[in-house]
Amino acid sequence: MSDSDLSELYQSIILSHNKQPRHYGVLTGYTHQAEGYNPLCGDKITVQLRVEGEQINEIQFESAACAICKASASIMTEAIRSKHLSEVQQLGAHVAEILSTDRSTDLAEDGDLAALAGVRKFPARIKCAILPWHTLEDALRGE
Amino acid sequence: MIETQTFDYTGVRADFPILSTEVRGKPLTYLDSAASSQKPLLVIDALDRYYRKQHSNIHRGVHYLSEQATNAYESIRGKVAEFIGAPETDEVVFVRGATEGINLVAHGFTESILKAGDEILITHMEHHANIVPWQIAAEKTGAVLKVVPVDESGVLDMDAFESMLSTKTKLISVVHISNSLGTVNPVQMMIEKAHALGVPVLVDGAQSTPHMPINISELGCDFFVFSGHKVFGPTGIGVLWGKREYLEQLPPYQSGGDMIEKVDFEGTTYKEIPGKFEAGTPHIAGVIGLGAAIDYMASLDREGALQHEAELLAAANEALAGVEGIRFIGTAPGKASVLSFVMDGVHAHDVGTFLDADGVAIRAGHHCTMPLLKRYGLAATVRASFAFYNNFEDVDRFAQAVIKMKRFFD
Repeated sequence: MSDSDLSELYQSIILSHNKQPRHYGVLTGYTHQAEGYNPLCGDKITVQLRVEGEQINEIQFESAACAICKASASIMTEAIRSKHLSEVQQLGAHVAEILSTDRSTDLAEDGDLAALAGVRKFPARIKCAILPWHTLEDALRGE
Repeated sequence: MIETQTFDYTGVRADFPILSTEVRGKPLTYLDSAASSQKPLLVIDALDRYYRKQHSNIHRGVHYLSEQATNAYESIRGKVAEFIGAPETDEVVFVRGATEGINLVAHGFTESILKAGDEILITHMEHHANIVPWQIAAEKTGAVLKVVPVDESGVLDMDAFESMLSTKTKLISVVHISNSLGTVNPVQMMIEKAHALGVPVLVDGAQSTPHMPINISELGCDFFVFSGHKVFGPTGIGVLWGKREYLEQLPPYQSGGDMIEKVDFEGTTYKEIPGKFEAGTPHIAGVIGLGAAIDYMASLDREGALQHEAELLAAANEALAGVEGIRFIGTAPGKASVLSFVMDGVHAHDVGTFLDADGVAIRAGHHCTMPLLKRYGLAATVRASFAFYNNFEDVDRFAQAVIKMKRFFD
């Protein structure tokens, strides 16, 4: 593990989302919500959404979590806002691929999502990055 | 047996091969001994020798090896009794670890002692291993689990303890040294107060046994548990010690071979203690390794080791005290060499990853004490725990890694 691996994990995009998370706080009038929890480290996150028809109009989150989890959640809210439900599923699968694959994925189109690729070299932290996305899935599955 | 030597913390490092290895291209700085301690050569060699030359099943064969293995296994029971100052060898039961020891007692109390309305007393700083078995016991019997509170610094509220203790109390189960805070609890005083009301006390010695000399006869407790892997021995082996009168009252925990006297389809009679609690082929190699670990500890100047650990803790405290935004969790006077802290704006898990990159192994998380951390409004802390084989360079590398990490997040 080198300092450059660390800098890749905690790159400025991650640090910025951690310090100033987007769409943070309680969402009034939400239609879907779920809580996510990682019993290993105690990361906790709540994701709330307002879905109209098949469209995500609003998403907010709150967390007591590490930088990786919080930044991943913040990036997620930006990525899925005003997306169609079918696109959300695709995006979730894409993120799982970014996090896990050894192959170089084409990240050119991914914007801030690409920053999550730094987690790859830290297997112990993949769970942190994926927690918001699993919580999102749970929220959309429930009512 | 090694000759007793004056404590020499530099020389002692050479006994632990792993301490001279590198992780992530950096010299290993192992500050996670409260989770599991490293192993001296004496233990590693004993395991190797056992499997190469001495292995056989015990209590069964008439052949040479079985006789040798049985003798070795049983002699270590005596060694353990001596190590913890137990009056009787037969009161030593080999289990998988402190967790299984507590489960064995909780199971026994559930089956043969607890009734609805009885009370079990534990403390707010217990490890999950000393919470969950009692929750299950309470659910099954209708007994009530009561919890002695802890103050801001990590000290037990002894007034509350006394007011919660009553003739309804059927057992007190208390941690000797907190794995998360390092608090050394006044168990002797608690035992005296409990015994005045005829209440038995279980002491969870998982953290105290590696740290300080234990004398059960002086403590006066009724049950004592510890884990082999925390006292420089193998994983998967541990000890439950219990007073004969209680062990005889408790029913078998598991059943099968080796724990019986006579089996008949009409009925089975069990062995006397400790055999009644050791069903199946035990972890013979684990016991051999534990015996070697006890020999190793007996060769150390334990008071000197304790003093060295206190100095390491003081040095770490001092090195981190000046770092802005650090808050220590657990500041009880006379605490053991466990340093728990949180950092403003940086989650414990992120601290853990940063330190790991510098070869510094600490634990980040709830340390299996979620109710305790919740009491401090936390979900996780960073915990550095020091053993006698750590040195001041370890403290230095740890402090430098924390400062470097802090700079990064500022």
